[in-house]
Amino acid sequence: MTAHPYMANSTPELKQEMLDAIGAGSIEELFAQIPASHRLQGELDLPPALTSEVELSRHARELLARNESCEDNLSFLGAGCWQHHVPAVCDEVVRRSEFVTPVWGTPASDYGRNQAWFEFCSQLGELLALDFVGLPVYSWGCAAGHAVRMASRINGRREVLVPALLDPERLAVIRTYCEPRQMGSHLELVAFEELADLEAKLSDRTAAVYFENPTSLGVIETRAAEIVRLAHDAGAEVVAGVDPISLGVLAPPGDWGADIAVGTIQPLGVHMSCGGGVGGFIASRDEERYAREYPTLNISLCDTVVPGERGFGVALFHQTSYGLREEGNDWTGNSTYLWAIAAATYMSLLGPRGFEEVGSSILQRSHYAASLLAEIPGVSVRSPDFFKEFVVSFDGVTVEEVNRGLRGHRIFGGKDLSRDFPALGQSALYCVTEVHSRGDIERLATALTEVLS
Amino acid sequence: MRRYHAAVWDEPLVMELGREGRRGQIFDAEGDATSLIPESMRRATPPELPELSEPDVLRHYLHLSQETLGMMGISLFGTCTMKYNPRLGEALAARPELAELHPYQPEDTLQGVLAAIHGLDEILRGLSGMDGFVFQAGGGAHASYTFAAVARAYHAARGQLEQRDEVITTIQAHPCNAATAAAAGFKVVTLMLGPDGYAEVDALRAAVSGRTAALMVNNPDDMGIYNPHIDEWVRIVHDAGGICFYDHANFNGVMGRIRARDLGFDACMYMLHKTFGVPKGGGGPAVGAFGCTGELARFLPAPVVVRDGERFRLDYDRPDSIGKVREFWGNVQQVVKAYLWSRAMGAEGIREAADLSVLANNYMDRRILEIPGITRSNAQLDVPRLEMTRFSLGELQRETGIGILDVAGRLADYGIDGPWESHEPWIVPEPITPEAGEMWSKEDLDYWIDALAQVCREAREDPELVRSAPHNQVVHKLADVPLDDPGYWATTWRAYQRKRAQVTA
Repeated sequence: MTAHPYMANSTPELKQEMLDAIGAGSIEELFAQIPASHRLQGELDLPPALTSEVELSRHARELLARNESCEDNLSFLGAGCWQHHVPAVCDEVVRRSEFVTPVWGTPASDYGRNQAWFEFCSQLGELLALDFVGLPVYSWGCAAGHAVRMASRINGRREVLVPALLDPERLAVIRTYCEPRQMGSHLELVAFEELADLEAKLSDRTAAVYFENPTSLGVIETRAAEIVRLAHDAGAEVVAGVDPISLGVLAPPGDWGADIAVGTIQPLGVHMSCGGGVGGFIASRDEERYAREYPTLNISLCDTVVPGERGFGVALFHQTSYGLREEGNDWTGNSTYLWAIAAATYMSLLGPRGFEEVGSSILQRSHYAASLLAEIPGVSVRSPDFFKEFVVSFDGVTVEEVNRGLRGHRIFGGKDLSRDFPALGQSALYCVTEVHSRGDIERLATALTEVLS
Repeated sequence: MRRYHAAVWDEPLVMELGREGRRGQIFDAEGDATSLIPESMRRATPPELPELSEPDVLRHYLHLSQETLGMMGISLFGTCTMKYNPRLGEALAARPELAELHPYQPEDTLQGVLAAIHGLDEILRGLSGMDGFVFQAGGGAHASYTFAAVARAYHAARGQLEQRDEVITTIQAHPCNAATAAAAGFKVVTLMLGPDGYAEVDALRAAVSGRTAALMVNNPDDMGIYNPHIDEWVRIVHDAGGICFYDHANFNGVMGRIRARDLGFDACMYMLHKTFGVPKGGGGPAVGAFGCTGELARFLPAPVVVRDGERFRLDYDRPDSIGKVREFWGNVQQVVKAYLWSRAMGAEGIREAADLSVLANNYMDRRILEIPGITRSNAQLDVPRLEMTRFSLGELQRETGIGILDVAGRLADYGIDGPWESHEPWIVPEPITPEAGEMWSKEDLDYWIDALAQVCREAREDPELVRSAPHNQVVHKLADVPLDDPGYWATTWRAYQRKRAQVTA
């Protein structure tokens, strides 16, 4: 057998050398612990090996050629995974082998990566106007799930109020994190509509109010301060979901009184990768009440044995599942730490002016798109004040039909909302970002006019 | 030993860099857009982010990458299976046909990626004997949580969830098994180990009851010890009405030799970022591939990729599904990389990798035990360990005062990143758990062992040299700092500045 390129010791001589050193007659002897009855009888049924990179690369490219991307098509899909510009420097940094391959080392030898993580938390904290930020979690929905559990542990209450129009994907994740009704640890999710409805549903059972700005339908939540006041009056914690790419222009959650902020990091320099680019964060004011409930690993600036020299250590490690197993806060494990480095790079590249500019650009382009679409007969735009995403409604035609028509123009229309939110009729959620040129938007309007005529 | 010194750039924090007015990215905005935001929700003061040029940012983060040892040296971080991450996968994942896909695109535009996911599903079925896999979980712990959620749904469907509220695990199972069972709402019953290194069958018999919902265990464990009664364990739990989850974090040494389903398990988990060649990224994006039997398949998180003739589609219509454990379908680009790794290896290569990882561990085992002051866990268990061995530096520490953390610090001076010690609780004193895997050459393994032997010698001859290590690293070791003290910890620069200002005031 030819030595395998991934395995340095896959030559007969090396195997024999090691066997001789051990004093074993065969590799098989080394598996003596496994009873014969436990072992696989017969051969593994796997597809043929492609050990030559030439063949493997060809096979992979043939597979990928069966995809059509958002570069081949003009896409207006968002809803939790958004097409933003990824600076080339972000790609270069996250493809460095030093960042791609490691797992965990010592504070001195993995210092650079730990510093990058700290810079992620620090810069995100500036955007959020909050000063305690954990290392990332799997996704926005997972962050929200952990955050409502944190709130429940803080105040001992077991009901969570969530917006009736919350993104169904995110809601499904949060629901999983809340345990079924049959279990003692169940958290009851209660949907609220308008402010008066929220007020009516708040009680001494309310652990947390969760809401988002912008909402998952893109609407800027002008009543944030009022929601916070009502929630706090009822003794509930406020968990706010935000999209950090909006925070150069939108007021940060720390300023309007959110206790725990959660959200996505995918817009900050991470490709969509079919949903594989998502990542989430949890942040709060740096108060023990919150800090001691984090399930995350938390990287802290600290001192080394040499006066004046900086190091980075893990704060509050003991409260994680690594420290306390089932007594720890939820659980900790692999997450999306490479994306923390992408996001740190992204935030450094943009700076305060870049965030203001990207936010303005998104606002202008998305509003331009909304205004063009609203002029088309049979089309209406529901959202008045929005950021990046807006709801487009159609008369006398289904979203499915519209999107099929747009496909003929190499356009991916907005996400169909008609099944999840029947009250919105035939509506779609359109996402317009800094990557969409005026020409792209005009092309959409022209195509849509044609499809509807 | 090689001469080695880490790169030292004295790189300031990025927040300390830059000058007002510098720009790293420009976006085309046509003047002030704030009129499009209701007044109450406009940002009042800009975020205090640094202002840098594009090359400044690039060089800063390249410096930080150079100040990261990781796998640039030799990392045998046990339980995490440090192996080669083929760069073909990285190059392909960067292509727009994968990087610029949206999960809500029409299915006919996603056939390639769906085919790769389905292809890996079939490969994992072959390796496990299970009936189907999903890849939604963002890591091994998350797959463990997925199982706990499936166990809830299974017992709820039988009307027994109120009654079956206990999950059984062992003290040598990964902490995430216990933690995710608890986070899913179960009470955790933890079995302690018997004299042979695994919990005894009688302990399990005493633990099961009408309250048992599930068993969650690994095998082999993190000490390279295989529980030969595992099939009997499964029978006992099944007889009690529970279901069984095989945490296959330690699959590398037994790939192609044992299959979770053949041992009776109902579900299992593989970590694609460990066993299947996907990079770790310092802690994700990762994938916990979750597989189960046909009986449990209806509870899987949605969507599931299914094959219809030559086409693939996403099946969302699953009324008994647990719903979602995270958004979309998982870290898809990592699933594609794992598929490519599996194809590059093939059945023969996968079996060879298991053989080599066990052979290499036993080779290391032999040489490491020749170092004075080092012993092996469960010394009376005189059989070859599988792909890892748990060693103890307890004797060395008694004789020299030098423990595992000192040794780890000094190894970094030889270009070896910190080795894995052990999960809590430590059941041997001063544990160290190297895992050779199949990637590292015999020369690498010899260098690693030589470095360990050298550090142990230094511990006897010049203990202060080891205690004060590292000396050739980016910075020195951390002071004994109160990282659990709210007056001290600082996870952001703004918190740090505030707290240090208070200290100096």
